[in-house]
Amino acid sequence: MCNCKDKNIYLPYMMQVEKVTVEAPGVKTLRLKFKNEEEGNAFEFRAGQFAEYSAIGDGECTFCIASPSTRKGYVECTFRQAGRVTSSLAKLEEGDTMGFRGPFGNYFPMEEWKGKNLLFIAGGIALPPMRSVIWTALDEREKYGDVTIVYGAKTVADLVYKHELKEWEDREDVTLITTVDPGGETPDWKGKVGFVPTVVGESPINAENTVAIVCGPPVMIKFTFPVLEKLGFDKKNIYTTLENRMKCGVGKCGRCNVGKMYVCKDGPVFSAVDLAELPDDF
Amino acid sequence: MDTLYIKKSDIAVWWAAIKGACDHVVAPVRKDRVVEFARVENYEEIATDYVQTTRSAKEVLFPRTERLFSYQKNGRDIEVKDFDPQSVPVQVLWQVRPCDAASVFPLDAVFNWDYKDVMYNTRRERTTIVAVSCSTADEYCFCTSVGGGAGDTRGSDILLTYTTDGAIVEVVTERGEKLVALSQNLFTAYTAGDKDSYLASVPQVFDVEKLKEKMHGMFDSTVWKEQSERCLGCGACAYVCPTCSCFDIQENPKGSCGERLRCWDSCGFAQFTLHTSGHNPRSTQASRWRQRLMHKFSYIPQRQDSLGCTGCGRCSRACPVDMNIKEHLSSIDKIQ
Repeated sequence: MCNCKDKNIYLPYMMQVEKVTVEAPGVKTLRLKFKNEEEGNAFEFRAGQFAEYSAIGDGECTFCIASPSTRKGYVECTFRQAGRVTSSLAKLEEGDTMGFRGPFGNYFPMEEWKGKNLLFIAGGIALPPMRSVIWTALDEREKYGDVTIVYGAKTVADLVYKHELKEWEDREDVTLITTVDPGGETPDWKGKVGFVPTVVGESPINAENTVAIVCGPPVMIKFTFPVLEKLGFDKKNIYTTLENRMKCGVGKCGRCNVGKMYVCKDGPVFSAVDLAELPDDF
Repeated sequence: MDTLYIKKSDIAVWWAAIKGACDHVVAPVRKDRVVEFARVENYEEIATDYVQTTRSAKEVLFPRTERLFSYQKNGRDIEVKDFDPQSVPVQVLWQVRPCDAASVFPLDAVFNWDYKDVMYNTRRERTTIVAVSCSTADEYCFCTSVGGGAGDTRGSDILLTYTTDGAIVEVVTERGEKLVALSQNLFTAYTAGDKDSYLASVPQVFDVEKLKEKMHGMFDSTVWKEQSERCLGCGACAYVCPTCSCFDIQENPKGSCGERLRCWDSCGFAQFTLHTSGHNPRSTQASRWRQRLMHKFSYIPQRQDSLGCTGCGRCSRACPVDMNIKEHLSSIDKIQ
C-alpha cells in the first residue's frame, strides 16, 4: 500500500502569473505558466477537469480549468472576487507566483460527441468551466456538427469574456444567444432579456443528435433540465458540471460527498442520468 | 498467525524492549477524570482502570493538525518545503481496544483510493498497533453489532488478551512478529484453550447487513429530523470518532513564511458544505445528521467495502445532549 516515494498530493505546482484580464466587475482571468518547465511540459488535462488554485498564505480555491485542453503551455482560471482567497488572487499581478494543484476529477466525454451538435448553456460566472469545452470544440471544429451557445448573466456588465463573445458572434460556424436578467439590460443591448431557462425554451433548438452542456447556479440547472427534456433531449445527452465546496480535490476531505459519490472523484461532470440517481444533497 | 503466551511479570520487560526499539510508545494515560493516549516513558504510567479512552487513537495516524508543506516568500518568488517522511517517528501504539484497531480499514481506504496520501501512509507504515482485548465494556459499546468483538484481531499487529497470570499474545502481522522478536525468550506457545472466557460480553443490538440495506433507501425519511432535534452541531462526535476522517485545509502564515495545515473537520458543522454563493446543500442539522449516519453506514460500505463505524461508542459518551448512536441505529433497525 505505502510507497513513501509517492508524491505529496497537497503540494502545489508553483506558477507564474503571465497575464491578468479583467472580465467584468470583480471578475478576473489569470493565465498561469509553470515555473518549472519540465512540470509544464508533462502537464495534461481534459476539458471539464478542475484544479485547486492557491494564494500562498491565504489558502486554496476550487475552479474548473477555464482554458482549452488543446492549447499547451499555460492554464487559465476565471473567478469572481468573493472571499479571502479570491481577494488575494485578485491582487496578483503579472510576474507574481501562486500555487496550482490538478488536474482533478473527470471530464466531458468529448470523444463520444464526435459528429454531434453541441448546445452550451451557461449562466453568469459558470461560463468559465464551459469555455474550456467550447474552445476545445472550436479548435477541432470539424469534429462536431452545429455549435450553439446560450449565455446569460444578471446584467450586461456581468457578462464575462466579452471579447470572446464577440468572436463567437462573428463566427459563421457558431450560433451565440446572449441574454440578461430583466432589468439588467442597457439601452443599446441587442441580446435577449430573460432568464436562461426561458430563453432556451424559446430558442430554435433541435434536440436531434444534439448534446446539451449546462452549467450555472443550482437554480438555473434545476429549471433548465425540464426545458431541455421538453425540447426532446434524452437525459443521457444532457451534461453538467457540479461546483460543490471542496478542499482537497482528491476524495479525502469529505465535503463534496453526495450520496455514494464524491464530486471531486466521480465528477465534476455528471450527465442528467447520473444526477437523477444522486440524493438531493448538492 | 502465532498464538503465544507471556507471563505477567515479563510484560513490563518486553515493553521496555519495545520502548527501546522505537521512537515513541503511545498508550492510554489517566489525566484526572479522563484517559487519553499520550507518549509514555515508563510502563507504570499506562492506565488500566478504564473502559475506553475519551478520544480515539486515530491521531497517531491522522493528527488533529498536520502540516502539508511550509513556504518562504522571497520577493515575488515562493519557495515551498515538502513534507519530509523522515520526520515521522517510528511508533508503537500500545493497548488500543480492538474497535480502535479496526478503524484502520476505513482510514486506509479513504487515504488510498486513487490518490495516495503520503503523510497518512508514512505514519501508518511506521506505527505498530498492539491491541488489548476488552475484559470490560459499558452500555455504549456495540462493536459486535458492526462486525467487531471484544477479542477481534482485525487491524491489530498484535492482540493481547490478559489472563489471570499473564497474556495470550496473538501475532497477526509481520510488524507484530518484529515486536515479539525483540524479546523472543519471554514467549512460550499458548495451547490452553480459547480466550473467550477472558472477554467482556457485548450484546449485539442490530444486524448491520439489514441496517445497511434499509438505510440505503432512507434518504427522505423523517427519522433524521426526529433524531437530530436536540443536536447542537458541536462536532464532538466527529472529534472523538476513530474513523471520521474529514478535514479542512487552512493556512498559518507568519509574515513572509508559513505553512499549510490540515485540521480535523466535521460534516456536523453548517460551514462544512457552505458555498461561496450562500447556497448550502446541507442547510439543516437534520441533513447533517443524516450525512453522518448515511456516510458511515451506507455511502462508505457502497464504495470501500468497509463500514465507517467500529462500535466504540465514543460519540455517545462525548455527546453533550446524550444522543446515543447505538439507540439511534437500533431504532432505525426497528422501523418497518
